[in-house]
Amino acid sequence: MRSLQARYNRDRVMVALLLLGTALAALPLLLLLGYALIEGFTSLNWDFFTKTQKPPGELGGGMAQAIVGTIILNGVGLLLAIPFGLAAGILLSEYPEHPLNPPLRVLSDTLNGMPAILKGLLAYVLIVKPMGGFSGLSGAVALAFIMLPILAKSTESVLRLVPWTIREAGLGLGLPRWRVILSLVFPAARAGVVTGMLLALSRAAGEAAPLLFTAFGNVYMQLNLLQPMDSLPVRLYTYAVSPYDDWHRQAWAAGLVLLALIVLTSLLARWATRGRQ
Amino acid sequence: MIRPEVKTTSGNVHEELPLRMETRGLSVFYGKKAGVREVSLPIYNNRVTALIGPSGCGKTTFLRALNRMHDLTPIARVTGEALLDGQNIYERGVDPVEIRRRVGMVFQKPNPFPTLSVYDNVVSGLKLVGIRHKGLLDEAVERSLTQAALWDEVKDRLRAPSMSLSGGQQQRLCIARALAVQPEVLLMDEPTSALDPISTQSIEDLMSELKKHVTIVIVTHNMQQAARVSDFTGYFLTGELVEFGPTNQIFTNPKDPRTEAYITGRFG
Repeated sequence: MRSLQARYNRDRVMVALLLLGTALAALPLLLLLGYALIEGFTSLNWDFFTKTQKPPGELGGGMAQAIVGTIILNGVGLLLAIPFGLAAGILLSEYPEHPLNPPLRVLSDTLNGMPAILKGLLAYVLIVKPMGGFSGLSGAVALAFIMLPILAKSTESVLRLVPWTIREAGLGLGLPRWRVILSLVFPAARAGVVTGMLLALSRAAGEAAPLLFTAFGNVYMQLNLLQPMDSLPVRLYTYAVSPYDDWHRQAWAAGLVLLALIVLTSLLARWATRGRQ
Repeated sequence: MIRPEVKTTSGNVHEELPLRMETRGLSVFYGKKAGVREVSLPIYNNRVTALIGPSGCGKTTFLRALNRMHDLTPIARVTGEALLDGQNIYERGVDPVEIRRRVGMVFQKPNPFPTLSVYDNVVSGLKLVGIRHKGLLDEAVERSLTQAALWDEVKDRLRAPSMSLSGGQQQRLCIARALAVQPEVLLMDEPTSALDPISTQSIEDLMSELKKHVTIVIVTHNMQQAARVSDFTGYFLTGELVEFGPTNQIFTNPKDPRTEAYITGRFG
């Protein structure tokens, strides 16, 4: 009985240590979130969502153009990245014997480790230079470069989680390999693939550096992808380094809205892929 | 090399039986190691052939060589011949996809497609190659599920998720799925080892009915099962075929002392 009691006690100590570790890990996140909430919330008002920037020094105004721009840039970026990212993930997971598999893995890992600003430079060289000007499109391409390796990696790992028996069952029915992957393996990993998209999206949505010399930024509302376009991170950066208190508070608000957008998207996606698994 | 022994005390009537498949000197290597060595074995049409032997004897490895499942294992290599209707399935230019359509497979653990309904599981082999005709699919569902002795239990919930069925039902669903593409041969890899006795019996019962439509090769750990369901039995040991013959001869009058040791329970 005594040894049983001792084991219970040891279990309690271990659980307590685990909770402490978790709390420590979560603390910085909670502090950041709390600070953004307190600082940002006071500057959040209807104008913030509906108005664009007021001249420097003048109080008020909002970030409508940056909110819309962030949604467009990331949406278009994700659409550009999805076909290539998923295809790469499928090749990495399902075709280990393919000659393109090893180089693709190296490429994907390199792209993943490449600083975001270099991806902006890449988009600058590929799009901005030939087109002769900053544009939303070039920003979306830069963000797509950020999303690509994340999509490829996450797709690969969730496909690997699909039991091998599903592939065998499909192949045993006399289905071609591509059909088994597309119609049987992929749907079984659907929720995981969507999670990967969200991961990629939230990584890219917070990036300012690659947008500085691609989408550039804009103080006016701009919906044309061929024109310079604003985004929340770039606007946040611009406001944060400005000398105005009002702009500082709006920068916090921009951070808060960015956070809320990401959380909202992931909730939506989870809702859309709920159940079934 | 041991040639298949097909003599019985009552003569050799089964030699008249048409062959559906036949292996000649078939070996399977994993890297340098041979999992199956030089196996020559006839598989008679519309009969149940059981492969028995202790764990690791190569019977499953042999079975998977019969529809080129080893193609997916990069280190696996097959030598020798496996004939299906007289054609070597390992010949150059033979499409493994076509072979697997003609030689279906049921696995050790039930593996229905988790994202599909009962109905869609059964017709997956048809639908996914582009057959969309509703009447045709409906008919295939009823026929296959009836053959797999599952129709009465699931006919009112064809749209239910496949994972809502019990383990035994799932395995019969997998049998129905394999039958829906109307294969010539059905390979069953210990199909009842994960099931309870009642489910096992329902699957054993349906095999005698099934063999009217399809040639069956079953790997089993359970000797009573082999004795109950099969017409012919092959005994495997350490990758080799020790003995092959009509089931009642193998179980009552084995020619090889090693077979006798195994079936009388002195080994294995």
